[in-house]
Amino acid sequence: MRKYTPKDNVQGKAKYTDRFWVAPQVPRLSVDEDTHFTNVLQKVKEVVEVLDSYVEIGQLVIHIRPEDNIKALKTLKEDCGYAMCSELSAIDYLAQDGEFEIFYQMLNLNEAKRVRFLTRIKKGQAIESIVPLYAMAKFAEREMYDMFGIVVNNHPYLKRILMPDDWEGHPLLKTYPLEGDEFASWYEVDKIFGKEYRDIIGPELRDPARIDRYDTQRFSRVGHEVPFNANPDLVDKTQTPIEYSSDFLSNYNKGPHEVMDKRK
Amino acid sequence: MQQQPNKLRPFFENLNFERDDNTMVINFGPQHPSAHGQLRLVLELDGEQVVKAYPDIGYLHRGIEKMAENMIYNEFLPTTDRMDYIASTSNNYAFALSVERLIGLEVPRRAQVIRTMLLELNRIISHLFFLATHALDVGAMSIFLYAFREREFAMDLMEDYCGARLTHSAVRIGGVPLDIPDGWLNQLSDFIQRLPEQIKLYEDLLTENRIWKMRLEDIGIVTPEQALEWGCTGVMLRGSGIAYDVRKEEPYELYDELDFDIPISDRCDSYGRYRLYMEEMKQSVKILRQLIDMYSKTDSQIMAHSPRYISAPKEEIMTQNYALMQHFVLVTQGMRPPKGTVYAPTESPKGELGFWIRSEGEPYAYRLKARAPSFFHTGILQDILPGTYIADVVTIIGSTNIVFGEVDR
Repeated sequence: MRKYTPKDNVQGKAKYTDRFWVAPQVPRLSVDEDTHFTNVLQKVKEVVEVLDSYVEIGQLVIHIRPEDNIKALKTLKEDCGYAMCSELSAIDYLAQDGEFEIFYQMLNLNEAKRVRFLTRIKKGQAIESIVPLYAMAKFAEREMYDMFGIVVNNHPYLKRILMPDDWEGHPLLKTYPLEGDEFASWYEVDKIFGKEYRDIIGPELRDPARIDRYDTQRFSRVGHEVPFNANPDLVDKTQTPIEYSSDFLSNYNKGPHEVMDKRK
Repeated sequence: MQQQPNKLRPFFENLNFERDDNTMVINFGPQHPSAHGQLRLVLELDGEQVVKAYPDIGYLHRGIEKMAENMIYNEFLPTTDRMDYIASTSNNYAFALSVERLIGLEVPRRAQVIRTMLLELNRIISHLFFLATHALDVGAMSIFLYAFREREFAMDLMEDYCGARLTHSAVRIGGVPLDIPDGWLNQLSDFIQRLPEQIKLYEDLLTENRIWKMRLEDIGIVTPEQALEWGCTGVMLRGSGIAYDVRKEEPYELYDELDFDIPISDRCDSYGRYRLYMEEMKQSVKILRQLIDMYSKTDSQIMAHSPRYISAPKEEIMTQNYALMQHFVLVTQGMRPPKGTVYAPTESPKGELGFWIRSEGEPYAYRLKARAPSFFHTGILQDILPGTYIADVVTIIGSTNIVFGEVDR
C-alpha cells in the first residue's frame, strides 16, 4: 500500500520523532507581575472581550475576537501609547482548526514595551483593515493577502504585493508545496511562449547535480575536453582523450538483470 | 480659464488644447541604477512634479519565509544572509537571537563580545555603502570611491574572520563558530584608528558642500507622525526626532554595558539622516574600541553548553561518544525548540530587524515572519514622494537606505 501523505500540510516534517516525545512549552507568566502590562490589559478589557492573556518572553500576549481588532488597537494606540505597529501577518492553522491566526505586534516607544494581539478567523472570513490607525498596514495587509489569501475589508488598495498580479494560489499556505504547484512550474513558459509550448520546452530541471554531457557552455569536460560553447558533434574526438562516457555508465533504472547481461 | 488667442495658438471654439489632466506616467525601474535593486516605482508626473507614486516590489522575492518552514533552524541561518546582503551578520544575529530567546539560552561572554564586534563592523560597512551609493546618486562621484575603499578594509576584516565578504553566516545559534584569529584585533584597532580621519574627510567634502546641501536639505520630509504610523525604525525614525534605538531601549548582547550615544535629528529631511549616518559610524568606532578591551577579559568558551539544542565542541565530538550521538541527532533531525512564539527585535543598520517565530515543538519553524525595516521604508515612499520633483526622487530613495533582499525576502 502507498504511504499516506497528508494533503492539508505539505511542509517539511520531522524525519523521526520519538514516540514518547512531548514538546515543552515556553513558560507563560501571569500578567500581574508587570504593572505596565496590567494597566494595558485593564484598559483593553474595558473595551473588548479578552479571551486569554499572558506574558511570553517579555511580551504581553492578548487573544481577542477578530471583529474587535480595530477597537482594541485604537485603545492601545490612544490610551496606552502604543504608537507603532511593528508587524502584522497570519499563521495558517487550516489543517488543525480550519482557522488562520492573525497577529499584531505593537510597540510602545516611551516605555519600550511590546504587546502582541492574536486573533483567529475562519477560512473565508474577512478581517477589518487597520489602515486608519497604522499606515504600515497598507503594505503589511497587502502582503498578508498575497501570502494567505485573507481578504481585508476597507483596505485602500488590496492587491498582490510580492507575487505577480496574475499569480494563482497563495504561497505561504501549508497546502502550497515548497517547489510550487503545477501553475507555478509552468508560469514562465505559459506567459512567454504560451501553453502549447509546454511540450517543446519541457519541465524545469530541478536536479542541481544533473550533468548534460552535450552542454558545452557550463561543462568543459563532458566525455572529452571541449572548447566553450562548441558544437559537441563537430569537436574532433580523436584529439581529446575520452574521460568517461555514458557508454560504460550502467543505467540502474533499467534493472539489474540487463547490467548482468552486458557483463556476460 | 479663458484661452488667450495669439498667432501661435489661434482660438478654436470647439477645441480645448489644455487638457485638465496632463499627467505622464513613468516607470522608475525595476532596472534603474538609483533604485538600489529591483524597485519599480510607478510615478505619475505633472511636469516634473510627482503627483502619485506607487512602489511596486517583489522582483527579488525568493520566498525566504516559506523556506524557513521547510528547513531546520541551523539550516535556515545561512539563508538569512540573503536578506540584507549589505550587512548579513545583522540578519544572522537577529535570527540566532530569536531562537536563543525561544529556547532560553545564555551565550558565553566571549561569543557576545565577538558578536557585538561583528555587528558594529557590519554597521560601519553598511553605512559606508549607504554613503557611497547615496552620494553617487546625488552626483558626488569621488565620495563613492573613498567610501568604498574604507568599506573594502572593513570587508577584509570580515573575510579574515569568517572567510566571506558578503554572505558571512558568522553567527551561530548559541554563539559564534570561531574565535578571533591571531592579529585580528590589531588589524581592527588599526582600522578604527584610521576610520575617524576618513569620516572627517567625507564630512569635509559633503557636510557644508553647497550642492550637497541644496540637494538634501528639506528633501524627503518624513514627519514624526508619518514615521510612527508607517513603522519606520532606525535612522528613518531618529531622523524625524524620535529617539528610539533598540540597542539602548531593549538592550541585547553587551549594549547595556557599553558607553555610546544615540544621535537624533529633528530636521526630518535627507540631510538630517545623512548626518545621523555619519554620527552612528563614529559611535560604532567608539563601541568597537571598548570591545577590544573587553575581549581579553573573557575565557575561551565560544559556544553555549546546552546538549539538547547545541552541538558540543569538535574536540568533545571526536572523543566522547555521547557528544557524537547528540551531534548526529542535531544535524540529521535538528533541534526542537519548545512550543511558543518569540519576537526578538534588534537594531540592524537599516532599522528594527526581528524574526517572529512560532514554534510547535518541531525541528521546523511553524511560521517565521521576518520583520524587515526596509519593507516599510519602501512603503512610506508612496506617501512622501507626491509633491516632490523627479530629480529629488533619487535622493529620497537613497536616503531611505532600502535593500531589496530585505524588502522582497
